[in-house]
Formats: sequence, structure tokens, C-alpha cells
Amino acid sequence: MHEAAIAQSMFEIISEQARKYNAKPVKARITCGTFHTVNDELLSEAYQAIARDTQCAGTEFEIEHKPILAKCRKCDRKFEFHLDNPACTECSSDDFELLPDEPLILEEIEFQTE
Amino acid sequence: MNKTVKIGRKILSANEEYAQRNRELLKQKNLPCLNFISSPGSGKTTLLCKTINDVKDKLRIGVIEGDIETDIDAEKIRATAAPVIQINTEGACHLAAAQIARGLNALPLDKLDMVCIENVGNLVCPSAFELGETAKIALLSVPEGDDKPAKYPALFAKAHALLITKADLLELGPQIQFDMEKVIQDVRKINKNIRIFPVSATTGKGMSDWYQWLVEFATAVDR
Ligand SMILES: Nc1nc2c(ncn2[C@@H]2O[C@H](COP(=O)(O)OP(=O)(O)O)[C@@H](O)[C@H]2O)c(=O)[nH]1
Ligand SMILES: [Mg+2]
Ligand SMILES: [Zn+2]
Repeated sequence: MHEAAIAQSMFEIISEQARKYNAKPVKARITCGTFHTVNDELLSEAYQAIARDTQCAGTEFEIEHKPILAKCRKCDRKFEFHLDNPACTECSSDDFELLPDEPLILEEIEFQTE
Repeated sequence: MNKTVKIGRKILSANEEYAQRNRELLKQKNLPCLNFISSPGSGKTTLLCKTINDVKDKLRIGVIEGDIETDIDAEKIRATAAPVIQINTEGACHLAAAQIARGLNALPLDKLDMVCIENVGNLVCPSAFELGETAKIALLSVPEGDDKPAKYPALFAKAHALLITKADLLELGPQIQFDMEKVIQDVRKINKNIRIFPVSATTGKGMSDWYQWLVEFATAVDR
């Protein structure tokens, strides 16, 4: 449901860039930490509703969900955290801390050229 | 051939800027700020009202009440005589940092020892929006079921403390299925340092441990 707020901010950045390049944005690549719990379909639907009748209508999204990283307190290594096996992938220790979720980033926009 | 342009911008940067300003204001006033997050009906308002009354000799608490459109909860808080600011999100499922900035601005901060935010009832969305709070407090009520931390880990991973509310219902015996050990284990897997308090706002059981933590947290220098 918070996808609506995210879509609004995204639309603001994308439409600003579309004006700057005077071109239609056809695709946007986004990276996002897993704990933002962003649903790709809801995000796209919310965006299309906002972008209707603008040159941003129809932008496709490619969303890469970044795994949660953890740092082992025993061997100091970083590893990908998975709920079904919450342990260090190197030394199997279960004493670790989760690192902050990756931010939501608009990485690049693909514009249509004539 | 299409043209690809690198952007590399944080999509929620506007919210983060407000959150940072809130954080700075709270720091300047030396005020701890707790963001209470849970599903609707987990007992946030009830817990806040009882807490405000029971610790009023030690902590003066001000409240920012987030609700989709009513001020029913704010009225309940007002009855405790604590200062309360109502924020209506008009449909949005979470509070945003700009709304908290307005709330902080309207509260008598110099007469408070702590600010508590009751976020919009929702177990998922609010934890993705930083408000500038000092800590998040998660609530999970017994009737919601013991599988929630495993299903919705984001909030439980970020929270400083977890209140397992309506613990009085555990005494119903076999009528209610809730495995406290499982909840504690699931939560500890993703958050080693979280404090967990089973509480009942109705019977008062477990509340004194929560109050003790709250007062210590509010007065700690290195919170
Ligand atoms: N049995 C029991 N019910 C409670 C407790 N705390 C709150 N409730 C009830 O749960 C319902 C929702 O509480 P409320 O505080 O409004 O939840 P909120 O939506 O999270 O703010 C109300 O009917 C409360 O009376 C408790 O400790 N035990
Ligand atoms: Mg409430
Ligand atoms: Zn290790």
C-alpha cells in the first residue's frame, strides 16, 4: 500500500528527467532493499495511475530486490541473510547483526529516441 | 536505439531529509522519540493511555497520533491530559517524516521528557518510512498469532523493543493458540538485541518491566 507514496516520488523524479531530456521514459531501473517490502505490480499500477495522460505514461519498471546483508560477530564476514537459514555462511555462527536495508534507488532511465 | 541515462537518486530522499531534521530537533531538545508500529487493533492506543497515566510522575509524554481519517484515538489520549497532536494521513497507510515535523512543531517540546508516535495501524508499510525517531517499538497481540515475525520480518528486525500485547488472553488456555517461545526464537533470529515484554494493559501484568525499560531508555545518556 505504501507503493502509492513511492510511486509519487518516483514520478516526480522521472518526469523532471523527461523534461530535461525532452524524451519519453520507456523504462526505469530500480534497486531496493528487501525490507522495503515493495510489491512490483502495485508500484507499477500506482505509477501508471499518476502518469496517465503525461509523457511518462507506460514507463516499464525493472526492480532489483537486494538481499539483506548480515555481519558475523564471530568471523567478521558479511553474508546474505535468509530467514530459513539464519546463520553465517562461512562459520555457521548465529551471532550476527543485520546491516541496514539498502535504500530505494532510481538507478537509470531509458528514454525513447526518435 | 534508446538512450539510457544514469540517475542514481534515492527515491525517498525527501522523506529522509525531513527525518534528519526531526532527528536533529529531537537531539537539540534532548528528547527521545518512540515510533509505535503494529497491525490495527493490537493495542497501541490502550497501551499508550495506560503507560502515560502510570509513568506520569517520572515522564511527561507528548503524543503524535497517526490515523487514516478519524481522531478517535487522539480523543482517548487527550483524556489522559497528555498533549496530543492528531495527524490524518487521508488514506495513506503510514506516517511520513514531514507530518512528524508538523507534529513536533505543534507539541510543547520544552515541557516534555518523551514523544510517542502512534503510527497508522499496519504491520508492513510504516517500517519503510523513517520518521527521525529514536527507536521503533513493535506490538504483536496474542490473537494475531505467533507466525507474524516469520511472515513480516522487516519491522521485527528494526524494532528496539517488542511488546507482546493482550498477554491476558494466554490464560484462556487451549482456546487460543500462541507459542510464546516460537515468537521469541523467531524474533531473536533476526534481532539479537531486541527487548521483549509480554504485557497486558487490561490486567496490568508485565507492565512494570516495560515501564522500567521505558524510563531507563528515556533517561539514558547514550540511547
Ligand atoms: N484482552 C485485552 N484486550 C486489549 C488489551 N489492550 C487492548 N485491548 C483491546 O483491543 C482493542 C484494540 O485496542 P486499541 O488500543 O484500540 O488498538 P490499536 O488499534 O493498536 O490502537 C480494544 O478493544 C482494546 O480494548 C489487553 O491488554 N488485553
Ligand atoms: Mg489506535
Ligand atoms: Zn561467521
